[in-house]
Amino acid sequence: MITIPYLTAVSTYFSYGLLFAFGQLRDYSRRIFDWWSTNNLHGYAPICLAHEDFYIRRLYHRIQDCFGRPISSAPDAWVDVVERRTTKSTRCLNLGSYNYLGFGSYDEYCTPLVIDSLKKFSPSTCSSRVDAGTTSVHAELEECVAKYVGKPAAIVTGMGYATNSAIIPVLIGKGGLIISDSLNHTSIVNGARGSGATIRVFQHNTPAHLERVLKEQIAEGQPRTHRPWKKIIVVVEGIYSMEGEICQLPEIVSICKKYKAYVYLDEAHSIGAIGKTGRGVCELLGVDTADVDIMMGTFTKSFGSCGGYIAGSKDLIQYLKYHCPAHLYATSISTPSAQQIISAIKVILGEDGSNRGAQKLARIRENSNFFRAELQKMGFEVLGDNDSPVMPIMLYNPAKIPAFSRECLRENVAVVVVGFPATPLLLARARICISASHSREDLIKALQVISKAGDLTGIKYFPAAPKKQEEVKDTIKLD
Amino acid sequence: KITRENSKAKSFASPLLWANDIFCSKSTGISWNSLAALCWIHRAKMDTNLVEMFRAGLNWVTMALDAPSARVVLFGVRIQWHIFVEVLLGFVIVILLSQKSYKPPKRPLTEQEIDELCDEWVPEPLIPPITEDMRHEPPVLESAAGPHTTVNGKDVVNFASANYLGLIGHEKLLESCTSALEKYGVGSCGPRGFYGTIDVHLDCETRISKFLSTPDTILYSYGLSTMFSTIPCFCKKGDIIVADEGVHWGIQNGLQLSRSTIVYFKHNDMDSLRSTLEKIMTKNKRSKNLRRYIVAEAVYQNSGQIAPLDEIVKLKEKYKFRVILDESNSFGVLGRSGRGLAEHHGVPIEKIDVVTAAMGHALATEGGFCTGNARIIDYQRLSSSGYVFSASLPPYLASAAITAIDVIDQNPELLVKMKQHIALLWKGLKDIKGMSLASDPESPIVFLKLENSSGSTKEDLLLLEKMADRALKEDSLLVVSSKKSFLDKCRLPVGIKLLVSAGHSESDLVKVSESLKRLASELLL
Repeated sequence: MITIPYLTAVSTYFSYGLLFAFGQLRDYSRRIFDWWSTNNLHGYAPICLAHEDFYIRRLYHRIQDCFGRPISSAPDAWVDVVERRTTKSTRCLNLGSYNYLGFGSYDEYCTPLVIDSLKKFSPSTCSSRVDAGTTSVHAELEECVAKYVGKPAAIVTGMGYATNSAIIPVLIGKGGLIISDSLNHTSIVNGARGSGATIRVFQHNTPAHLERVLKEQIAEGQPRTHRPWKKIIVVVEGIYSMEGEICQLPEIVSICKKYKAYVYLDEAHSIGAIGKTGRGVCELLGVDTADVDIMMGTFTKSFGSCGGYIAGSKDLIQYLKYHCPAHLYATSISTPSAQQIISAIKVILGEDGSNRGAQKLARIRENSNFFRAELQKMGFEVLGDNDSPVMPIMLYNPAKIPAFSRECLRENVAVVVVGFPATPLLLARARICISASHSREDLIKALQVISKAGDLTGIKYFPAAPKKQEEVKDTIKLD
Repeated sequence: KITRENSKAKSFASPLLWANDIFCSKSTGISWNSLAALCWIHRAKMDTNLVEMFRAGLNWVTMALDAPSARVVLFGVRIQWHIFVEVLLGFVIVILLSQKSYKPPKRPLTEQEIDELCDEWVPEPLIPPITEDMRHEPPVLESAAGPHTTVNGKDVVNFASANYLGLIGHEKLLESCTSALEKYGVGSCGPRGFYGTIDVHLDCETRISKFLSTPDTILYSYGLSTMFSTIPCFCKKGDIIVADEGVHWGIQNGLQLSRSTIVYFKHNDMDSLRSTLEKIMTKNKRSKNLRRYIVAEAVYQNSGQIAPLDEIVKLKEKYKFRVILDESNSFGVLGRSGRGLAEHHGVPIEKIDVVTAAMGHALATEGGFCTGNARIIDYQRLSSSGYVFSASLPPYLASAAITAIDVIDQNPELLVKMKQHIALLWKGLKDIKGMSLASDPESPIVFLKLENSSGSTKEDLLLLEKMADRALKEDSLLVVSSKKSFLDKCRLPVGIKLLVSAGHSESDLVKVSESLKRLASELLL
């Protein structure tokens, strides 16, 4: 629940209206201008009609220097951000990369092992897993992941996004029902659409609404024919990347057990980042992994590699290996990346002989909690639960999006700003991702810069504590 | 005018005369309601007397009823008593019409009923029971997947990797990967929009554009996701796509996600394509904003055929369709210098609107790319879901791609060697029994189609799997037997695929021909 101050809502609507009006004016004059010039389509239909990419042309392109900034070094705590159109780069503090445990750059244990496996196995196997793409490293990786996550078996694919798109159609088809959280990731939405099952949405992170939807749907049955559903899968995420919230897993699992629905948990951001030993949201909230039927995750965020996995019972994984298109047709995950994941898991569990893993986990928890507390003390509106390394800072107004981003970059702090369509129209935000490789000094510097930029752009919507914050009057609640 | 006196004489006259009499005479004022009764009565053959008596009685009734309103004058018109009857009847009609029609009352389910339904409902198990054939384990490699590899400690000749130019294990690639790993680590830790754009990605895109002489390129992080992200980006609901029926699953998924109208044409058959395009253009009115696409693969993964690009381009220009071409298995392979199908057929590459390719084949790295004119590529950077919502390609794989393209540019003899090997393999497999060569003689995928299918695809697949297993166990050969997921809608014949590489030696090719001929004669006859 985000409460937006009344005045801010009015001014945000007004800003968007102004931008929209200017955009339309420019489009109109462009159309008049083009009246005289010839059309170079020669009878083909235009690939994109004017109104389809209006937002991109007239709003996004004004601030496109805030997005897609190229870097020329590893995405570590400090990164070299390249100045566009030059070859110069500036060293900035990196608050935008998903580098939760600090494996995103050269690591003293992992990288030599990765280079060894590169020399032995080559960057790619050029073959799908069932033909000649399974090496001993892949087999070891799947065992390792299964053990780490706490399930009997696992299957690994080369891309997290493709995992969702390729696995959900195998598990459920026409005649089934998928109930997904309203703020689920695009990959889940695409996989659900591709499966042909009926999709229903429940209010974000509200188990009571999920129960209502489940009861209603089971009683009604399939649309129009009212036949009973073949099966129901409830899809939730561990940490929601735009809110920083942790899913209320114990309640959701108990509801699903009561109504005999299957639970699909997407731990893209939470695996390796939360929990005492980094085993994700199940460990943090004390949920038995046997209760969650399908656990999915990606290796891009906490393990500094690429790819995704699905963990479940042995039969489930065997079935997926036989039918999943990503396993049968796509090139297998690159062997050095697989080795990186194995080494990263070993470091986290302490099996490499040092306690760097435990240190990293403790440090990310400390860093996240410290940073969030400090930001809230300064008066920023920060979303997300405690322990979550993702913290969005609300901006609301479209003009503040580029202002905040450019101001921070001027002070050598690289932040990520997100607007429509990744977030609702009024709720633009800046998203901070904390890493275990940030030191206390880095964080203090970041806080200073963000505070200064926040003062300049006026985003300290709450009064600066020391006392407990009170709700601002005249607020309107927005989901 | 027929008067009363006239009709009296014709008392058995037809009802029409009688009706005329009634309505023409104002003194009686008898209305339609009475007419029905009177006609009925008159139809019965009556006595003149009876009729006369009846008429006298009727006259009396009329007088009596007229009496009260005899003096009522409204708006200068004298109101007659039949008006009251008509008004009353009018009221009755209005009341009946305004009544609600009978609907059985809606009774929503009670809480208890909902609970009972929820308790009774039994879902299907998440997966169907596992059968024996699902437990088949693939071979596990213990060294790089080059032309020779190690399985279970034995040296095995590998015809299952799409390593067409033998770049797996090439020192230059390994060198550039090692330096990239030391500089950038393994992953890129973010999508392209949020600090995941590393300078090697930009260099890779520029290098590919230069190699293919196209304005711009965009890199994807996974080969399979290239097609199923590109197609929904350009094709929306209502557009028309004409696709080959033998396209692989990635393209099929993209077509399904785009929600456009899809028409399939017969595999690699240009006549079928022509007639399909004709039909579409005559059926649909030429809507100005309706987008039309042809989707094809350069070298089909499921059958090894090569698409005749010059004919496709001629058809496209005639009917104003745009072409989306998947060059995964032809990039670096076809054409004099490896620039793909366009060079092979002598077609300028600007004529193909969108070219996509997976780099997991000739380039011996991972990921994919899409090439075309600047507007198309720019559009994808913001609307392609596999690009915007997914982490970018690991930087060492991008630098491997750059090095691989450099190697291809500098060593054109690799292509010549590969083509020679394909020719040798064709010679060796010419007279194999039970199977026939179904791929194009120039394609690096040599496809042996099963001639006598047993009727059930499952049986065929099991047989081919047995053949591949025996080839591995007895002759130390890795070959590809067709695999089908139930999600794959392609209905092309199944068979054994051999992926020829420039790194194979002549003895390898001879060995595989002999072995397959022997196994085919043992298992298929």
